[in-house]
Amino acid sequence: MYGKGLKPLSIATVAMLALSLSLVFFYAPLDADQGFIQKIFYLHVPLAMVALVGFVVGGVFAVLHLRSDDRKWDAYSYVAIHISVIFGVAVLITGAIWAKASWGHWWVWDEPTLVSFLIVFLLYATYYPFRYAIEDRDRQARYASVFAVTAGAFVPLNFMAVRMAESLVHPRTFATADGGLPGEMMLTFLVSLAAIALLWTTLVKFELAAKSASGQVKRLRRALDAPVAGGSSRIAPEVS
Amino acid sequence: MEVLFAAPALPLDEAGKYVAGAYVVFLVLLVVYLAIMAAKVQRIERELREVAAIAERNKEIQAGPGREAEEAAPYG
Repeated sequence: MYGKGLKPLSIATVAMLALSLSLVFFYAPLDADQGFIQKIFYLHVPLAMVALVGFVVGGVFAVLHLRSDDRKWDAYSYVAIHISVIFGVAVLITGAIWAKASWGHWWVWDEPTLVSFLIVFLLYATYYPFRYAIEDRDRQARYASVFAVTAGAFVPLNFMAVRMAESLVHPRTFATADGGLPGEMMLTFLVSLAAIALLWTTLVKFELAAKSASGQVKRLRRALDAPVAGGSSRIAPEVS
Repeated sequence: MEVLFAAPALPLDEAGKYVAGAYVVFLVLLVVYLAIMAAKVQRIERELREVAAIAERNKEIQAGPGREAEEAAPYG
């Protein structure tokens, strides 16, 4: 069920990533201020945007789980957060590399944008121990959903607070109505954003398909191992 | 802090290291994630083979000698 459409999605993702890289290195002009180092922008910013939106999406799935009590939504929420945390790691590392090249420091503790992202990342890093500390599966899913909703609501609040704060060195991306980017740069950025968003979607679907397959195999094994009256075991007719 | 803003763009040979570093880090993360997922899929495949073997064995038990005798003598 979860693997449906994964192949065309994967092909679209690879094609989009290839197009994005081509535009970044062969089409987008060099930045007048930062020069070649600005190419990291087309990776770092889309990753950050998709990771933050992914956290919020995880919260939305958690709301659906709490409303319907359908475990499917808990799986969606978990996987959305999981992939966003991985993207978060990439954001922190690529950001540190860009900071070192631009500012001469791997990290600037006074900068609200950097510290706020680190706080959000660390908040979501606690999701795993929090979730797996609870043994009962139903309670685990419910508490994890409450966490995802709370943390998901914190993300846009945190983002707005950072936008209102005075920036020290980190540039404010898209602070102006036209985005402050020339046409070629804007096009390259939008393609990169679409490529990273597609990658996130593909990885979420991939992870969900793997989790679903693993769960179905486990259920099938339990059904086969369970002793049934009459001395034989039967396969469950349908495992969702 | 003004010094940071006034810092000139890095020359291409130096900037290239950082840009390559950022993209390679992203690629490595992606490859590591895909390798972990490939290992998971392999494990699922192995478990599926085991489950299929159990199902085959159960089928053989169900269609054992007693049943064969029943099927051979329908009027008995």
